[in-house]
Amino acid sequence: MLSAILLGFIFSIFLVFAGKFFKGKLAVLSSLVPLVLFLYFLSFIPQVANGEVIRANYEWVPSLGLNLDFALDGLSLLFSLLITGIGFLVFAYTAAYLKGHDYLDRFYGYLSMFMGAMLGLVLSDNLLSMFIFWELTSISSFFLIGFNNTSEASRKSAVLALAITGSGGFLLLAGALLLGGVAGTYSISEMVGLSDSIIQSESYLWIVLLIFGAAFTKSAQFPFHFWLPGAMKAPTPVSTYLHSATMVKAGIYLLLRFTPVLGGEDIWNTTLITVGGITMFYAAVHTLFRTDLKGVLAYSTIAVLGLLVFLIGLGTEYALTAAAVYIIVHALYKATLFLVTGIIDHETGTRDVTRLAGLRKVMFPVAIAGFLAALSSAGMPPFVGFVGKDLVYESTLHMGSWAIVLTVLAIATNILVLYAGFVAGIKPFTGTLPESFSKVHLPSFLMWLPPVILAVLGLIVGIFPGLIDGPLVQPVVNAVGIDDSELHLKLWHGFNTVLGLSALTLGVGFLLYFLVKPSKAKEKGVARFDFIAPLTLVNNFGNSFRTFSNWWTRIFQNGFLRNYVSTIILFLVVLVGYSLFSDHDGIPIDFSSFSRMTYYEMIIMGIMFLAILFVVGARSRLTAVVAMGVVGYAICLMFVIYSAPDLAMTQFSIDTLTVILFVLVLSSLPKYLSISDYKMKAIDGVLSVSFGILITLIALEVLGEPVNKEVSNFYADNAYVMAKGKNVVNVILVDFRGVDTLMEISVLTIAAIGVFSLLKLRLKRDDRELKD
Amino acid sequence: MLPLLLVFSVFILLRGHYLPGGGFVGGLIASIAFVLHAFANGLGDTRQLIRFHPGFLMPTGLTVSFLSGVSPIIFAGKPLMTGLWYPHHLPIVGNLGSALFFDIGVYLVVLGVTLTIIFTISESV
Repeated sequence: MLSAILLGFIFSIFLVFAGKFFKGKLAVLSSLVPLVLFLYFLSFIPQVANGEVIRANYEWVPSLGLNLDFALDGLSLLFSLLITGIGFLVFAYTAAYLKGHDYLDRFYGYLSMFMGAMLGLVLSDNLLSMFIFWELTSISSFFLIGFNNTSEASRKSAVLALAITGSGGFLLLAGALLLGGVAGTYSISEMVGLSDSIIQSESYLWIVLLIFGAAFTKSAQFPFHFWLPGAMKAPTPVSTYLHSATMVKAGIYLLLRFTPVLGGEDIWNTTLITVGGITMFYAAVHTLFRTDLKGVLAYSTIAVLGLLVFLIGLGTEYALTAAAVYIIVHALYKATLFLVTGIIDHETGTRDVTRLAGLRKVMFPVAIAGFLAALSSAGMPPFVGFVGKDLVYESTLHMGSWAIVLTVLAIATNILVLYAGFVAGIKPFTGTLPESFSKVHLPSFLMWLPPVILAVLGLIVGIFPGLIDGPLVQPVVNAVGIDDSELHLKLWHGFNTVLGLSALTLGVGFLLYFLVKPSKAKEKGVARFDFIAPLTLVNNFGNSFRTFSNWWTRIFQNGFLRNYVSTIILFLVVLVGYSLFSDHDGIPIDFSSFSRMTYYEMIIMGIMFLAILFVVGARSRLTAVVAMGVVGYAICLMFVIYSAPDLAMTQFSIDTLTVILFVLVLSSLPKYLSISDYKMKAIDGVLSVSFGILITLIALEVLGEPVNKEVSNFYADNAYVMAKGKNVVNVILVDFRGVDTLMEISVLTIAAIGVFSLLKLRLKRDDRELKD
Repeated sequence: MLPLLLVFSVFILLRGHYLPGGGFVGGLIASIAFVLHAFANGLGDTRQLIRFHPGFLMPTGLTVSFLSGVSPIIFAGKPLMTGLWYPHHLPIVGNLGSALFFDIGVYLVVLGVTLTIIFTISESV
């Protein structure tokens, strides 16, 4: 199973090297990757339908509890099939849609990276690895939204989407760690068994809120929905694949996955119903005011995502079955509509629904696909949408005292979703063909076949719901914690309330479609309320934050090294001094334990003291530098006396180099002593003296503490035995703490590169200015 | 002066496992040698003497250190940074082991870093 997940990543890396072979006619071959995966996952259906869970475990970082554990149950299987199945069609479609594009190989690289990440996300049984894949989907989505990187709007949308979904990822990590701490394991399937103790734990509320945060940002729930319409700047295959069929459903997946672990409590259900309800209604109303086909589809996608969250919130057997069916329904018709929109955009050059009409005459197969998808989204019998909508009404009607409110909400949303489906799937094809579009022709079959396949599939599954009932829907319902569901999908339930409601939805929907026409005027009308839209609020927040940080940076990063140093020392003195004095009544200094000073120590101290006086009183920089060097060498001597020859040697070399460096830059430094006045000097003096006192106090206090020799003894005892060295310091450096040293020399390298590039860049600029 | 200091730095590097010394100090001493040379004969001469840019020493050293760190995984199937030792005692060097190569890497990196920084700064002033 690992290789199935990695295939996407491997193919993406492969494209880095072999990309140019896949740009031309061979591009369509890359759709073989998702096709193979699709068939692979299809082969698991019989096993999973029997209730088996297929597992594969690989150790990765066992010490952190981070393992690559994969589990394939009904829920994972449904998502895997969506990811690979729609992925296959989208890959093929892209070959024609972006034919001849310079970066087609790059596009496929991102797309297959995304596919791998998404598969990893839905198959992970380990929360931490799930988080990693979750982040990978956000990152690949960022690249895909910003694919047209010459357009500023694209780049902005990409950053916005990354910011929102990325902060959601952060919440997921926090939630995962909290959950892992409470449950004592990161394995999701083990958590299901621990559900009771997790729900009763003190951090339950936090866990739920964090998981909600992650799911709501990813699945574009109100008030985080605004990144999704922006993400429509991406090429249409991306919108189809990521922002309608798969990635945005990751949040839904997360909620479904955790329903058996965290669900069943009031906070869980009420929040989901409220947020989902608001989202679906708000977004559905918005579709009325859009004229861009993709905008209409984006808002109707958000509405459906809201509906799914809402259904998970209801949490009954009906509702969860409805959610499972609706995921399939939505993937089938919404992907079709997006692909159709892509074709229209590709062939006519516009997505403005007020200008499009009569296209059925020039692209008949596309019109069929759009028509079928629109009917499915409307929930017309015998489409699969009808089955889904029936279940939604069934589940809201069973909600007791709230049944009426919830049902009305669901009906209103469905009416508006129908409207959106009709606007996107039917409106462009009806009416008379404008003169300007008479030369429009049908694109290559690679483009029109995928939407037709999906649309026809929607019809077939609607007529024979048994096709998805046993193999797909039941295992999902089992996976979210309901055993032995008695509920079976049927197209025809007889004449009952639900049928009446369906008819009502259809009737009002048709009426709405014929009465309300999308227009620019209405779009402008709603734009007046933009000042309270979440998007504007976030942008304003972002802008003021930037202003604030600019101001803050100017205060602290003012470019004067001396200010940096004094700030650092000041804070150190205040913070350390505070903790030093607040913990104790006094500092225990045991003077009796000190060894007597020898005369040569006194001489060295004297030299140091004199040198320091020289530094402070120096009139020229050179004197000060040389005197500092003297202090350094005196410290070396102290090290030698206290038998730390390694330290002494290093200090000695460093001091030499420091002096050399100083001498090198001396000539280009400004004149000495003119920089600070009397007052500054006094402040600096107080600061440095108090810093010195603080360090001395700390040193004395450390001496007062009983010394724990365990560590140093371990090193001393084992240096020769384990590492065959006699110089303990060096053995620690190269053997026991070798990884530390490796990191340190890496840091050194980075620092050198920094110095090099900073100075060299400035040199080059100087050269340029000289030339000018 | 230069050859003497260089030999001394290598000596410090090699004896590091038993007596005070090691890659870090060795690298510093070697760089002092080159810096003194640059002071005496001018930077251009020193650059000619080294022939290549000292910056190349940094990745080289990092690679050497890293390889010596992973070599136990590759050759002996032991965890990262386990010391590997050549069983026989060699003249001058003493026991040969992966830790020595690690130290050589440190030596090269320190030399590269110091020289890069000092050369860059002295060129820019």
